[in-house]
Amino acid sequence: MIPPAFEYARPASVDEAVRTLAEAGEEAKVLAGGQSLLPLLRLRLAFPELVVDVGRVPELRGVREDGDTLVIGAMTTHHDVVTDPLVRRHAGLLAAATATVADPAVRHRGTLGGSLAHADPAGDLPAVILALGGELVAQGPRGRRTIAADDFFVDYLQSALEPDELLVEVRLPKADGWGFHYEKFHPVAQSWATVGVAALVRRDDGHIAEARIGLTNMGATPLRATAAEAALTGAGDTGSVTRAVESAAEGTRPAQDTAASPEYREHLARVLTRRAVLAAAGMG
Amino acid sequence: MTDQAVASEVGRARPRKEDARLITGQTNWTDNISVNGMLHLAILRSPMAHARIERVDVSPALERPGVVAAFSGRDLDGLGSLPCAWPVTEDIVLPDHPPIALDEVRHAGDPVAVVVARDRYAAADALEAIEVDYEPLPPVLDLEAALAEGSPLVHSDKGTNRSYVWPLKTGEDFDSVRRRAEVTVKRRYVHQRLIPNAMEPRAVVVTPLAASGEYTLYSSTQIPHILRIMMAVVTGIPEHKLRVIAPDVGGGFGSKLQVYGEEAIALAVARRVGRPVKWTESRSEGYLATHHGRGMIQDVEIAAMRDGRLLGLKVDLLTDMGAYLMLVTPGIPILGAFMYPAIYKMDSYDFTCTGVFTTRTPTDAYRGAGRPEATYAIERIMDELAAEVDLDPVELRRRNWIRHEEFPYTTIAGLTYDSGNYEAATGKAIALFEYDKLRAEQADRNARGDTVRLGIGVSTYTEMCGLAPSRVLGDLRYAAGGWEAATIRMLPTGKVEVVTGTSPHGQGHVTSWSQIAADVLGVPFEDVEVVHGDTKAAPQGMDTYGSRSLVVGGAAVHHAAQKVVAKARKIAAHLLEASEQDLDFADGVFSVKGSPEARKTIQEVAFETFTSHDLPDGMEPTINAEHLVDPDNFSYPHGTHLCAVEVDTETGRTKIRSYVCVDDVGRVVNPMIVEGQVHGGLAQGIAQALFEEAVYDEEGNLVTGTMADYLVPSAADLPEFVTERTETPATSNPLGVKGVGEAGTIASTPAVVNAIVDALRPLGVHDVRMPCTPERVWRAVREARS
Amino acid sequence: MTRISVKVDGTTYQDEVEPRLLLVHYLRDRLGLTGTPIGCDTSNCGACTVDLDGVSVKSCSVLAVQADGGEVTTVQGLAGDGELTALQKAFHEKHGLQCGYCTPGMLMAARDLLRENPHPSSDEVRHALEGNLCRCTGYQNIVRAVMAASGQEVTA
Repeated sequence: MIPPAFEYARPASVDEAVRTLAEAGEEAKVLAGGQSLLPLLRLRLAFPELVVDVGRVPELRGVREDGDTLVIGAMTTHHDVVTDPLVRRHAGLLAAATATVADPAVRHRGTLGGSLAHADPAGDLPAVILALGGELVAQGPRGRRTIAADDFFVDYLQSALEPDELLVEVRLPKADGWGFHYEKFHPVAQSWATVGVAALVRRDDGHIAEARIGLTNMGATPLRATAAEAALTGAGDTGSVTRAVESAAEGTRPAQDTAASPEYREHLARVLTRRAVLAAAGMG
Repeated sequence: MTDQAVASEVGRARPRKEDARLITGQTNWTDNISVNGMLHLAILRSPMAHARIERVDVSPALERPGVVAAFSGRDLDGLGSLPCAWPVTEDIVLPDHPPIALDEVRHAGDPVAVVVARDRYAAADALEAIEVDYEPLPPVLDLEAALAEGSPLVHSDKGTNRSYVWPLKTGEDFDSVRRRAEVTVKRRYVHQRLIPNAMEPRAVVVTPLAASGEYTLYSSTQIPHILRIMMAVVTGIPEHKLRVIAPDVGGGFGSKLQVYGEEAIALAVARRVGRPVKWTESRSEGYLATHHGRGMIQDVEIAAMRDGRLLGLKVDLLTDMGAYLMLVTPGIPILGAFMYPAIYKMDSYDFTCTGVFTTRTPTDAYRGAGRPEATYAIERIMDELAAEVDLDPVELRRRNWIRHEEFPYTTIAGLTYDSGNYEAATGKAIALFEYDKLRAEQADRNARGDTVRLGIGVSTYTEMCGLAPSRVLGDLRYAAGGWEAATIRMLPTGKVEVVTGTSPHGQGHVTSWSQIAADVLGVPFEDVEVVHGDTKAAPQGMDTYGSRSLVVGGAAVHHAAQKVVAKARKIAAHLLEASEQDLDFADGVFSVKGSPEARKTIQEVAFETFTSHDLPDGMEPTINAEHLVDPDNFSYPHGTHLCAVEVDTETGRTKIRSYVCVDDVGRVVNPMIVEGQVHGGLAQGIAQALFEEAVYDEEGNLVTGTMADYLVPSAADLPEFVTERTETPATSNPLGVKGVGEAGTIASTPAVVNAIVDALRPLGVHDVRMPCTPERVWRAVREARS
Repeated sequence: MTRISVKVDGTTYQDEVEPRLLLVHYLRDRLGLTGTPIGCDTSNCGACTVDLDGVSVKSCSVLAVQADGGEVTTVQGLAGDGELTALQKAFHEKHGLQCGYCTPGMLMAARDLLRENPHPSSDEVRHALEGNLCRCTGYQNIVRAVMAASGQEVTA
């Protein structure tokens, strides 16, 4: 199908992009990699008056270190995230999860910032950023602000970004020394996760000292499995992990759709959390 | 030239002639066609499953830039009803099917209005300006509820949602065998609706010559010849003024074996505006507009003795016609009717099929068409019976199948199977599969209570294909014959044109037909070209479906080539001053017995015929020949498929661990092409077992409305297949071939589901509804445990 | 309308286009390069895969304006001087296509894989092609073809 007509702007800098968005008001839509937006336009599920293409803003791309923080430009493509040595070293969970996003061609265009701003709870990366305790930096006419991942995902397809704000970078505390695993369950290779579990585990003396678990597609937003995280502290073997993850679906409100029922998703959340934690802890 | 002996072409794994263009992008898909003045047609479709159309106003669309015309159904008068060529019973309820809705829409996607504009973007935009008022009517979605008293009606003027009831009762009365049976097993199986998903969406281009009233219709179709006749009837354009071309066609799987409303609409609009018109469906549009497959509830009962010997089979079908009867909609389950007894001997068969209207996209042929449904039912219930009488499923089959020395064998359903060797195929498959080893591993996992269970599924299928003897089709009330045509033209330079009435869309007919002709004529493979898919260039044909092309069309090529040789022999004899009986013909060379230096190649004869300077008296100056084949029987491929699955009982996920199939498709013209057909068939059959389903909500909206929701498997979702063959030649055609297009699809679905149930049977599971999604498997395990 | 300049299969084109024009429609309808087909509207099928600035992309999910200044290679630009690439030859020899509609996308996706990973395992091939759907082949001969093109013959 064919997108509806729209005006097009291609700012060369973040400042110009923010100015353009501010002037356009609510009817503007940011085009990052376009891998979610273009299908929506083609199915005529979105009708923006203005599309602001931030694909030619060099400052939005790339990965750098800032002390104990890894900084990833919002327009860094999935492909670049997967292959970036800094990401692999300091945020292996993100690299691993990003490698499961869609397919290679989509990963060449799709961007980390675009995925997060789209705020699709079925997307793999929001839960990962949540688990990693990331921060998202937005720039708007009133300047820059930093939003904790916990506060960023507001509702289904809705982020904390104002219409005139642009997501410019993602800041992740380096997760050196943490074990990690992204367990994605999907009916066919290309489809969205029915449920995904992003697990980070810090071990101390053979026991889990701390676990951070992000859940994909278990509600209107990505979620942390906080009850399971707490219960996992101190777990030292498969049995204790299995008992701890019984609470993995607590506080979730998964959707009913053609892929699964809420009940099944809750069951999967428990099974997959166990598998993800065991793998992350090297106990599998 | 042909001095060296030519190796036999038939049987060679020739890489395809078709490929050169396809791998370089030099393609001619219908959507690639662009001609001066061409307009793009877009169709506004019903967003509701069922509604009365109160008002359509297309005039706002005309205000949009680039729009040339817009029409409602009422505006495009003069179009007849779309045809159903297979009214299976005398009293069938056969509703009108306007190509574009007039008063009522009966499924989401029913066409309501059209626009034509200078480009596709303008046409898409203009659709949004059309105003339609709908008065919603109740949807009809459940097959059993649709037949109940007081159900809302899809076609209110017909007074019923029942289209037809088609019975077949043979042998002993089923009630009587049920009484003497020691064991009966009764099951309900459900075939979900499937969307065929040929990779090329449908497209239509019409180029009119207004002054002379001539029209060329390009369509992404499997059936240019049938389409021409039907479009002449629907549009009133005289048949001889209508040329139909199937250019490169990107797959069909039955979905392009159809006479579609869009073809009639494009012709009508081109006639009205006097300009060329193109329509191309988008994928999501096609999910509503292109016919679906399967959609059936099967109540199956099998009666047997304790030793496993079958006594009889009873089958009751409810089949989902969708909103209208399209080209062969009602006949699809009837193609399966004869196949439920499959390869087994029994005394009684009792079959009834009821066709039911619903407010969904019409169903029609999808790869296998009736036979996958039949094979699924019998092969699934054979496994249930095996469990009931405590026999290995292979052993149960062995006790009941037709032994190879019993052929030809007339089955309880009345078909005469000409040949087959089920023992050989099964033996080979079991050896390749390492059946005993896997059974041992299965027992071990079961004993350990492993969360990942191993299951083994068997499917010993046969099918009827090579459609079809015209007389049989007549007896079944099908409106046309089942013959096929071929013409061979020997060109003056010795090159050969084979004109075929089949209409390939990926099968490789150009390559295979070249091999057949090259063999008979003794000319190089490279010297043969195949002409197809254009009613002007290949005027006679019955097209491609039902694994018929090689069996009927290939046989026609063989016969036509033999006629060419016979004619050439007369001329060669004259030129060599010998009698016909004294000529040998081998590798394309006529030579005089005893004096091999006296020789003429058939290509030399072609040139001498062209000059006609020295032909026998009274001889027509041509060695070209035509042949039409009307087969006297179907062909019956068979085989044994074995599937091993690992089922994760925690998540319900099924993983195919190995898949072995041994197919007997008779003699093989091109083993590489045959293997490719099997691979593709397996993928589609496995997809039905595990992944695909057209899901509707309670309002009748298609929920799996895009490729993001309808799960077509990718390379990462399918295993490597081990494919092997046995070769028991068919006796019903000179090539000994049986057809292979549908075999993999027919066989594989029950093999996979049998494997899943086999894995879970120790846990108390007896069935999982298709597609066997992880959640369904998980639920089945949970329910069995509780 | 926006002015763009795009190099496609070695030729530079300059055109005024609507911003909403999809790259695949630009290739097909404006440049007449119909070798790249369209198979879906959700970027699932991959039939329209082309190379944009050195990486595979689905040209139905890229706007023509996004390709401004870029370099596109389509299936029509693969064979130089009539000499088929190793992948094209392998698809032919291994029967890696039937109807051929998915083939341009398969070739472009496989080319992308072999650029990054010249000797993939067959499992890696399957995963690299998961965004390209084929309805004819069951993928087995496509995988064989890609393996063969990478110099790895697969028996069976």
